[in-house]
Parts: sequence; structure tokens; C-alpha cells
Amino acid sequence: MIAEAGLIALWLAASLALLQLFLAFAGLKGGKVELLAAMRPVAVAQGVLTALAFALLITLFLRSDMSVLLVAMNSHSAKPWLYKFAGTWGNHEGSMLLWVAVMGVAGGAVALFERALRRDTHMATLGAQAAISLGFYAFLLFSSNPFARVDPPPPDGQGLNPLLQDPGLAFHPPTLYLGYVGLSVAFSFAVGALLTRAVDAAFARAMRPWVLGAWILLTLGITAGSYWAYYELGWGGWWFWDPVENASLMPWLAATALLHSVTVLATRDGLRAWTIMLAVVAFSMSMVGTFLVRSGILTSVHAFAVDPERGSFILALLAVYIGGALALFGWRIGSVREGAPFELVSRETLLVVNNLLLSVILGIVLIGTLYPLMTEAFGHKVSVGAPYFDRIAGPIALTLMIAMAVGPLTRWRRDRLPAVGRRLVIPATGGAMAAVFIAAVAWGRIGPLPFFGLTVAIGVGIASLAPLWKRKLLRTPLFTWGMVIAHLGCAVSLAGMACDSAFTVEKLVAARPGEAIRTAGWTLRFVKIMPLAGDNWTALQADMAVDRGGRAVMMRPQSRFFTSPPTTTSEAALLTQWDGQLYVVLGEEVEGGRWQLRIWWKPFVTLIWFGGVLIALGGALALVGHERRGWLVKWRSRRAVA
Amino acid sequence: MKAKHQRLMLALVALAAIVGAGLLAASALKDEAAYFYAPADVEAKGVEPGRAIRLGGMVVKGSLKRAADGVTIRFDVTDGKATVPATFSGIAPDLFKEGSGVVAEGAFDNQGTFVATNLLAKHDERYMPRELEGMQYNETTHQLKVKP
Repeated sequence: MIAEAGLIALWLAASLALLQLFLAFAGLKGGKVELLAAMRPVAVAQGVLTALAFALLITLFLRSDMSVLLVAMNSHSAKPWLYKFAGTWGNHEGSMLLWVAVMGVAGGAVALFERALRRDTHMATLGAQAAISLGFYAFLLFSSNPFARVDPPPPDGQGLNPLLQDPGLAFHPPTLYLGYVGLSVAFSFAVGALLTRAVDAAFARAMRPWVLGAWILLTLGITAGSYWAYYELGWGGWWFWDPVENASLMPWLAATALLHSVTVLATRDGLRAWTIMLAVVAFSMSMVGTFLVRSGILTSVHAFAVDPERGSFILALLAVYIGGALALFGWRIGSVREGAPFELVSRETLLVVNNLLLSVILGIVLIGTLYPLMTEAFGHKVSVGAPYFDRIAGPIALTLMIAMAVGPLTRWRRDRLPAVGRRLVIPATGGAMAAVFIAAVAWGRIGPLPFFGLTVAIGVGIASLAPLWKRKLLRTPLFTWGMVIAHLGCAVSLAGMACDSAFTVEKLVAARPGEAIRTAGWTLRFVKIMPLAGDNWTALQADMAVDRGGRAVMMRPQSRFFTSPPTTTSEAALLTQWDGQLYVVLGEEVEGGRWQLRIWWKPFVTLIWFGGVLIALGGALALVGHERRGWLVKWRSRRAVA
Repeated sequence: MKAKHQRLMLALVALAAIVGAGLLAASALKDEAAYFYAPADVEAKGVEPGRAIRLGGMVVKGSLKRAADGVTIRFDVTDGKATVPATFSGIAPDLFKEGSGVVAEGAFDNQGTFVATNLLAKHDERYMPRELEGMQYNETTHQLKVKP
């Protein structure tokens, strides 16, 4: 009965979306803004129904109801409960239901909490959100029904890909999706503003918190995914330029650009058309990513099933929504008045530079990701990997970082170059000193990209703190703090990336129990190897006593064998120190009772993810800062009236 | 500068940036994209040493040898028409074995041995490298078919 209830909830939600779209249409056509009051409960009910459908699917997974096809295909009754729970979205249909649920709940939230938006724009926005949702409801109900039954039910189920059986699955996909799909709100806002000719500063102030919220979650989701891939795959890398990773990076790049341009629009009333364009592009990138991942034209852990019908369905949705939004943009943008102009030397200019560089990186990543698909159509199989992305996206990203250092030290509207130069003296000196120091210590061992990366990271790190210089820290507005911390996070993350690629020491050996291995100042004593059993796996575990002069710590890398489906995975052992991580992977047994071991010492690698968390934290502070100011203004005006 | 002119300037700069990105990407793709080769393609077209490619085929039965260090393996990759020697240092994937398919990422050295930096084997029943999907090896004729 649960499965049927879920299906009914989905159909009801889809009908409500249709009603919502109709109400928006009728309201806008007839100029009846009071219909907004009727749309609100419809949007909220839709959000509740999609959340309910998703909760019901989780229940089915938790109860291992094998009469539901999706559960039978992707779960197993002998799995720990956490993976039954998280396994709900570890498959195509479940993840699409999560997508639809996030979209429905986001629409409900816009109906419930948005108060600053003009009423007709609000209606149009909710209408647009309903229109996008409808396409994905159709996709779910007609080609990816998560609640389909199977008769007769199999006794056990096929199990979940062991690579996904990790606590990371409980956190990374939902966070990523909240951000990824949350961008649909920005898209709907843009469509709403175009339809009702409301592109101005007030509109931007209403849209900003939604963009910030989605961006924060997207940042956290990508950071979590990167760390998960780092420890789970056992390859010691933290970013593989896998098309699916790019699929999450592209919306992030667009959303980061949007976040900055929406600020220009909100505070200076500039970059109107550009901001609208970015809002359209950001969610379009989310949809392109979904198409790449879900259509089966790529093979990766993220691509669950190869099904051309689904691919064409998503492609059609893409064409309709992106094409429709771009057509609307082309049709209406002429009627959007030019925003306020600005001088060449001003913060606005630097934000334009930020936007352009982010767009260029986005273009490069997009081309690199799609190129293999295009050549394959002509019969050549090609893969595009790190060498391509590092070579061209790397230097542009460093240039972007420098612009990021200069921007906050430049005044809005107009500034003078000598004054900006004076403010940059200390960070530039810091960067130059760092360059000399790094060259003295590591010349010949460090490549050009990591060298400049580390230098820029240090200079930018100092510059990012400069806006706090000579300010009363407690009286500094929260959103200034947010900007400072997010920019510092970028510098910290960049420093981690540069250190990892410049100073990582790798050692590959075959060793017997009892032997000691020395690398990068560490001694690893291979104590013993023993078998081990878990809920749904058996493993071989190596005990390694490691030290670098102090007390020894145990590290226990495993090689795990799962029975359903039959797969072997390696569970790396990680030892985190203040100055880096020791990473040990156990391989197979070779002649002479020796075991393969792959060991990395990665100095300061943890800064990569620490920086990512700082960036998200900065976003959260900015969000609270802006919102709190809004509340304060409202509260004061209410008191003044009283 | 008038607002209208500024908007035009911005649009032109944005266009230039996007076109620039495209040109940059195109030039880098020419050098950095790793093409997929079967051993017969290697023999027919030749691959310059040091150029990153993906080599795909079957691991020849009886060719897999492990060096004394325990972590370096040598093996031959065939498609039935040609055979290429390859070497790899590291922990090979579990489903990497003689007589089964492999896609190796790496480059040829000056002696004509393929030095693999990464081996992609079929991971399990459901996940396999794309290039392996189209490969069919006929046990009796020793012919490998690679679907383009």
C-alpha cells in the first residue's frame, strides 16, 4: 500500500503543479494579483506531497519491501540500515524523486517565505517553478516510476554498489541536490522578472538569499563529494575531472558568478541583463549535468542505468526549458532598461572581471566535458582529463584569484588606481616573500602551476583579510565577514591543492608482515594481516603501526569483498595530522607472502576541504547578515509606525 | 560613458571572452585529448612516444608477469590483429586478469612499451569503462571486435 500511496502523492503533486501554472497564467493575463493568495497554498501542498512521496520511498527501502522493483534491484535485506536509508537515492529513480522533491519543497518555500518580491513577479516565478516541475514529474511518472511493483518479489534483492556503501552517501547527494536543484528557484525568479518586467535592484535583493542558499549547499555538496571520492576510491586524488564531477562544478561556477552579479544589481542597480542571463545559465547547467549523468551516455559510478529513452526524455526537457528561457530572454531583454553605469576603476569592473573569468572557466569545462561525446558521434573515442583542464583552466583560475584579492579593496562606483595600489602593497609583498621562500626551499621539485598556486594563495589569503584592517571587528557587518571568510576559504583551498600536487610523496611496495617501510619521515611497521567480517562483507585487514619519532598509531587499511553484488573494494586508512595526511591502501598478495601497499604522505591536503567549508560558512554569514538587516529594518519601521 | 554604450561594451567584452575560451579550449584539446587506440591502430598509425592515449584490448593469456619488486606487472594487450607489450606499477583492479578486457591509460616509451599509469577494468556486472562495453572477443578466432 505504501508504494501506491507514494504514486498517488506524486500524481496529486503533478496536478497541483498544473493548477499552479494555470493560476499564474490566469492571474497575469487578467491582471489579478490577488490570485497569488490562492497560489500559495497550492505550492506549499505540492511541496508537502513531494516530500511525502520521498519519505514513503525511504520507508520502502528501510523495510526492504522487495515487491517494489526499485528496492529489489538496488537494496538487500542484509544491508546495514544506514545504507538501506541512503540507498534510496543511490539509484536512478530514487535520485530523480529526490530531485523532484527538492524542486517541490523549494517552490513551497518560495510561496511561503518570499515577501519582498513584487506580487505579479512572485506569481510569475511560482508559475515558472510549476512549469519546470511539470516536466520532471512527467519524466518520473512516465519513464522512471520509483514505485513500480515486481511480481513475484525476489527474496533478497540485488544489493547496492559497494562503492556507495559509505556514510558519505547519506550526506553528499542530498546536499548536492539541494544546491543543484535549488538553483531552479533562481531560474524561476529570472523568468518571472522577465515576464513582468521587474528586473531592478529590489528584485535582486529578493533573489539574493535564494541564490546564496543554493550556492552554500552546492559548495558543501561538492566539498563532501570530493573528500568522499578521495578516501573511498583509494586513488589518493581529490578531483578526477570526471564528467560527473564537472556536471556539479559547472552549475557552481555559474552560481558563483550569479552570486556576485546579483550583488552588483542589488547594491548598484547595474548588470541587469547579465544577472538574468546567469540565473538562466546556472540552472541550465544543472539540467545539462543531469542529462549527462542520467542519460547513460557516460559511464561512471554516478550513471546508474543505460537507457536511451530516458536520455531523449531529458534532452527534450533541456531543449524546452533552456530554449524557452533563452527565447524569453531574447524577446524581453530589449525592454529591460540599462542599469546604472560605472567607472572603469571601480569594484563593479572587478566584479565584471570575476564574472567573465568564471564564465570562461565554465566554457572551458563545458567544452572539455562535451568534446568526447561530440567526437564519439564521428567514430573517434577520446577522453579528456586533467592535462587539458589543468593547462587552461588552471592559469585562468589563478588570474581570477588575483582579481578576487583586488575586488574587495576597490571602492564601488569609482576609485583611483594609486589608492588601490597602496592597499595592495602588503598582500603583494607577502606573496612575493612567499614566492622567494618557496623557490629557495623547493626549486626544481615544484612545477610552475603549483608554484604560482601557492604564491597566489598566500598573497590572496593576506589580501582577503585586508577589508577588516582598522575596522572595529565586532561592529563589522556580518556580510562583510562572510565575504572575507569565503575569500579566505578560496585561498586556503588553493594552498591545499598546490601543496598536494607539489609535495605529495608516494611509495609503492610489496612487504611481508614484520617489515618496516620508511617514507617521508614516517616509519610504517607492518604488524600483521588478518581476516575480518562485517554485516555484508568479509575483509583482509593489515595492521600498520606508524610513527615519525613519537608514539606509534595503528592504521588499518582493508581490502573488502562484498557478496551482493560480488565486488572487491579497498578501504584506505587515513591518518590526519596538522600538517597533512598519511594515506595507506592495501593491495593483493604477491609471491613470497608479500602484500602490495601504496602509501602517500600528502602535506596540507586537508586544507582543500577545510577551505571548501570556510567558503560555505562565509556564504552562510552573508546570508544571515543580509536577512538580519532586513528584519531589523522591518522591526524599526514597525516600531516607528506604532 | 552612456549607459547604453556601456552595455554594448560589456556585451562585446563578454562575447570576446567566450570566443577566446572556445579558441583556447580547441587548441588545448588538440594536444591533450587522449585518443583511444586498439593495438591494430597503434601498428597501422603509430603513436609518438610520450603522447597520452588510452589503449584497449584483451590481456593475452600467459603474458602476465610480475617483477621482483612485487608491484610492477608486464603484460601483452591484443586485439587479435596486433599485440602491444605493456607495463604497470601499482595496485591493479581486481577484475584485471589474463584473457579479460582492459583499458590502459598512459603513453608509449621509446622502446615501444606502453607504460600504463592507470588500468580500467570491468568493475562489476553493472559498471565498466565505456570502451570495454563495445568490445567483443572471439575465443576461437582470437579476433577482437571494437564497436566504434
